[in-house]
Amino acid sequence: MPSGPVAGAGTPPVPDATELELTAQELRDLDPESILDTSFHRGRATLIAEPTRIKTVIEHLFGKGYASIASLHGVDYYPDEPRLGVLYELLDMKRVDRISVKARVHTEAPVIPSIVDLYPGANFPEREVFDMFGVRFEGHPDMRRILMPEDYEGFPQRRDFPTGGEPVLFTYNEEQTYGKWQ
Amino acid sequence: MSSLTEDFRRREESITLSSEPAGQGETHELLTLNIGPHHPATHGVLRLLATLEGEIVRDVKPIIGYVHTGIEKTAEDKSYWKVIPVVERMDYVSYYFNAMAFCGAVETLLGVEVPPRAQYLRVIHLELNRIMSHLVWLGTSALDIGAISMLWYCFREKEAILDLFEMSSGQRMHTRYFQVGGVIEDIPRGFEAKLRAFLKEMPRRADQYAALLERNEIVLERLRGTGIVDQETMLKLGVTGPLLRATGNPWDLRKAQPYSSYDHFDFRIPVGTVGDNYDRYRVRHAEFYESVKIIEQAIDGLPEGPFITPDRKVSLPPRHELATSMEALIHHFKLVTEGFRVPPGEAYYPVEGPRGELGCFVRADGSAKPARVHMSDPSFVNLQAFHYMVKDGYIADLIASLAMLDPILGGIDR
Repeated sequence: MPSGPVAGAGTPPVPDATELELTAQELRDLDPESILDTSFHRGRATLIAEPTRIKTVIEHLFGKGYASIASLHGVDYYPDEPRLGVLYELLDMKRVDRISVKARVHTEAPVIPSIVDLYPGANFPEREVFDMFGVRFEGHPDMRRILMPEDYEGFPQRRDFPTGGEPVLFTYNEEQTYGKWQ
Repeated sequence: MSSLTEDFRRREESITLSSEPAGQGETHELLTLNIGPHHPATHGVLRLLATLEGEIVRDVKPIIGYVHTGIEKTAEDKSYWKVIPVVERMDYVSYYFNAMAFCGAVETLLGVEVPPRAQYLRVIHLELNRIMSHLVWLGTSALDIGAISMLWYCFREKEAILDLFEMSSGQRMHTRYFQVGGVIEDIPRGFEAKLRAFLKEMPRRADQYAALLERNEIVLERLRGTGIVDQETMLKLGVTGPLLRATGNPWDLRKAQPYSSYDHFDFRIPVGTVGDNYDRYRVRHAEFYESVKIIEQAIDGLPEGPFITPDRKVSLPPRHELATSMEALIHHFKLVTEGFRVPPGEAYYPVEGPRGELGCFVRADGSAKPARVHMSDPSFVNLQAFHYMVKDGYIADLIASLAMLDPILGGIDR
């Protein structure tokens, strides 16, 4: 059990840098191409995984005790490539430990295997990432938009998607407002 | 489970829900019923597509997104301190928790230490908010299962809490009281006396709620043994909060990963036994008493000192400094115009909200605006368990289960 930062200071205890490297090495032994990189910043341990091997990584971490996913979300790293990131915040409820796994995909082919069969709780969050960033989760039972309308075009959380000026029916001063149709 | 349900279970083996059109066969007929989005029992703008066989629910699909307002996108266009008011509007019943998760994530990225007094003041307001959120839940849920008077009793106490919020921050809802590095203002004179009066009153009121509900045959019939989901399924679905605790798992971040000085307080985690709707009710009801205990200890032991970090790069200088110090004036100008810059990095900060783990992810790119804000809202995750709660139960139990699930659609849709 790694010693966490001071209790009450707000930072949750996470595996320290050494343990993160050991975990990464275990995964590399399992599949040499699974882990691309690791990062340890402000007490946050992140494994940067190869998107096609994400299921191997998550399954192994589940086996190590990180058995639940506290959050699954997307990030747009515009202008860096690969632009889109899918983050899995894994949680070990027994040891009270957190580790995050990140997989980066390109906007041209934003596809990543779904982990719904491993963890049914990933169903809605994966749909949300698809809805907002356009990352397709292969093997997801119901890959549809979840928050935006079904006929919506574009992926609104991407950084190059403009804000404001969403066309609204019966807008009386539509000509004067700013927006993407200009 | 009645013999009727068992009978349906037995016959269900021959039904394939997805392919069989309604009205086929002599013994069963499937009916698809749309509930909502505008329906008083859906606790907001939630739409449910229920497939019924007689009165038995065979399948339910929640359809969400009706109050999606793109708050996460809006947050990317605002400086950090201006994000707080918009994230508070996500889960609009537990706004202090949203602000706490966001501020915690930004504080982690900045490496700012929150003074002890601010941590205690945060705990007081968080726990008041938890009581308030549970009161809204109890009032509306009791209304759903037919106990109309409960709504007025619960909202009476809710008003007392809102008065306290108004006293400390000037706002009744969406208070913007929590700031990065602490809280915006110290509590005013008279707040303590009013808070203590409320703390004295609240356990007595909670006793009254229990007396009204727990000996009521109708309430017991509606809640006991309905909507049972076992612990394993809940864990696999990522469900946290009172729903998970009702199954007997004492997972609570306030104990497991204490933040904001929660480890200084003596309190217990109420858990249920079987995980039915009655346990969910009892767990939340018991949390009234525990929250009151936490607030009492926090106000008794409230440390002296600053209420916000003295780091002038993050927090506004006090008014009197502006008149005498050029440096303070420059800091004030920089903070108000551009806001503070946050070094590049990513942070995920979870807190225990009234509905479960509320985690805020913030990615900073070095500028004065966050590059990504994501709120992992417990209502959104917990809604996935709804199908398991209502399948093969009566449609009346669907309403009770939804009430005990306690979804806040503002948090689900964000």
